[in-house]
Amino acid sequence: MIREKVRVKKFTIDGICVTGQSNQTILEVARDNGIEIPTMCHLKGLSDVGSCRMCIVEIEGRHEPIPSCTAKIKEGMEVTTSSPKIKAAREMILSMMFSERYHTCSTCVVNGDCQLQSKSVELELSHSFTPYLNQRFEIDASHKNFVNDPNKCILCTRCIRVCDEIEGAHALDLFGRGLGTRVIHDMDEPWADSTSCTSCGKCVYVCPTGALYEKDISEEEIIKKREIVTELVRNRGQK
Amino acid sequence: MQKKTIVIDPVTRIEGHAKITIDINENNEVEDAKIHVTQYRGFEKFCEGRPYTEMPALTARTCGICPVSHVVSATKAIDEILGVTPPKAGVNIRKIVNLAQMLQSHTLNFYHLSSPDFIYGFDAPQEDRNIFKMMQTHPQMARDGINLRAFGQKIIEDLAGKRIHPTGIIPGGASHKIEESTKEKILEEVPAMLKIAQSALEFFRENLHKFQEEIDYLGSFPSLFMAITNDEGTLEHYDGKLCFMDSEGNILKDNIEPRDYKEYIGEAVETFSYLKSPYYKPLGYPQGMYRVGALARVNIAKTCGTPIADKELIKFKALNDGKPVLNTFYYHYARLIEMIYAIEKIEELLKCDETMSDNVRSTSTVSYEKGVGCSEAPRGTLFHEYHVAKDGIITGVNLIIATGNNNLAMNAGVKQVAQRFVDPKNITDGALNRVEAVIRCFDPCLSCSTHALGIVSSSVEIRDHNKKVIQVIDRS
Repeated sequence: MIREKVRVKKFTIDGICVTGQSNQTILEVARDNGIEIPTMCHLKGLSDVGSCRMCIVEIEGRHEPIPSCTAKIKEGMEVTTSSPKIKAAREMILSMMFSERYHTCSTCVVNGDCQLQSKSVELELSHSFTPYLNQRFEIDASHKNFVNDPNKCILCTRCIRVCDEIEGAHALDLFGRGLGTRVIHDMDEPWADSTSCTSCGKCVYVCPTGALYEKDISEEEIIKKREIVTELVRNRGQK
Repeated sequence: MQKKTIVIDPVTRIEGHAKITIDINENNEVEDAKIHVTQYRGFEKFCEGRPYTEMPALTARTCGICPVSHVVSATKAIDEILGVTPPKAGVNIRKIVNLAQMLQSHTLNFYHLSSPDFIYGFDAPQEDRNIFKMMQTHPQMARDGINLRAFGQKIIEDLAGKRIHPTGIIPGGASHKIEESTKEKILEEVPAMLKIAQSALEFFRENLHKFQEEIDYLGSFPSLFMAITNDEGTLEHYDGKLCFMDSEGNILKDNIEPRDYKEYIGEAVETFSYLKSPYYKPLGYPQGMYRVGALARVNIAKTCGTPIADKELIKFKALNDGKPVLNTFYYHYARLIEMIYAIEKIEELLKCDETMSDNVRSTSTVSYEKGVGCSEAPRGTLFHEYHVAKDGIITGVNLIIATGNNNLAMNAGVKQVAQRFVDPKNITDGALNRVEAVIRCFDPCLSCSTHALGIVSSSVEIRDHNKKVIQVIDRS
């Protein structure tokens, strides 16, 4: 098998001349060069799927912005990470996340340690400007240690990826379409009945919101260990 | 002469929204008067389906004035569901926070809402009967009120995380122990605060002679009283058994376990209000009218259990020769005694070694399907009843909010005041202010108290352009 050669590419991000390897994404090169792009579904150590669209950037010559976590770099491209258009688009994306589900911080276990909440502060989203379309999903509290509350899920799929790529169990996946999409265990069974779940808790630790959390804890009490995956991967020497 | 209705909307200087209607009959006399609670909250319904762990935070949002009471009752209900007994330090932290809230709430009622009536009189011009005028004419008194309230709020923040909707009171106890420095800081302020509370009581007593007519007619009627009592018979706000006392001071029933409250308290629904009308079941509806809150608590308590408050309680009990005090106006008096008691009790609890222990929380998981939490909120006895599935998801909620208990008594009070003071031939502002003032005596928190869904009945009136009723549709 002939492996594709990794070449060095030269391009600009926000007018700064940068270089990266051709198998790198725009986000990786930007972070290597200390340029911050806001992300949500991305977690270092997991594969990227570009599901949240938070990391969108503009490319000169392209009409629509693209997610920087999945876009590979190209020679000579001109990337813009922040502009009024991008800012408005990111605000709209965040706003739509809020309108899709029931995100009431005040009663949430993860209040104060929530990445959706902190992102709203970071992007200065003072209020949601899309109509609330949230349906009421049943909470799955059947597992002895953990709870799955789809009402607070933003469908970033971190839990699915960590279960598949790090734990190797693939107990989780997405079910349904559109507003009704939710994360399920096995063939949409109660969490307690899932035969493939190892109860390792990694999905709970990487969840950016209060959708997955430990049982019997109260408001603001959760401590998420999102960096645990990055450390695991580094220790295994995978990346 | 046609029938007429006088409407006071909104009722001012209370917490929540209400209107009062006074019906005038053909003979130009006040026939009836009612208080209508016009908003609807619905917590009983939308808490269903949520995990039990959210209940303290969720139900705390019922109220911005007395969130601690909801947190305390919610955590006590969950303690029952989990089958845990919180450690002594956890219980004491809850008690201190609960008392601090009662102190700030009573202060709010006395200084911010009611004292303009006492300073300027019930017939003073509308624009004078407010705290801003008081700041101009009695600046020290206004400062005292603000300081005393801040003292209570600060304790809630220091011990439970936040002034409003605190997060530090959790199922199984409390989330953090009290720091030594926090304790010292609070104790340092106690003497000054006690002085303020005593001066408020002194001010009230000195001015009482001006309000003899109000004392006699602002909701002065026989009724039952209900409150929590402990084994020693001292004033109690956190834990104990329910007690019903009649207007003569006879104990109708005591030692009622709060979890059996439904055997003794019925909840009636009227078409004119979103607020349920609880009543004492053995006497039926509406004869089973009872009052809760500060007046009921000091009527039922034998002593306060703290030195200064006890001295004041003796004077209070002498008002009716040791029998229960029936005048709703004296709710203010009772609250002032409770303010002194709260400061003294906070000091006593803070000085207790067990309070400072590191062990503030017990943990467990869902063990029982039902839990009832009951505590004395500033406005009276508060009940939270939860039903959960095995996985801890809430399947049913029943709340009796403190203010709701007083619904029948508030209506009786409004009617009495209207009949005494409102002259249909010459309706004065002072008379209408007195109608509102009787509501203020109860210090209701109406926005917190309307939650039932499904059994709500209502009456829709269709009127023509002359406001003449064409059709009435009853939904029940």
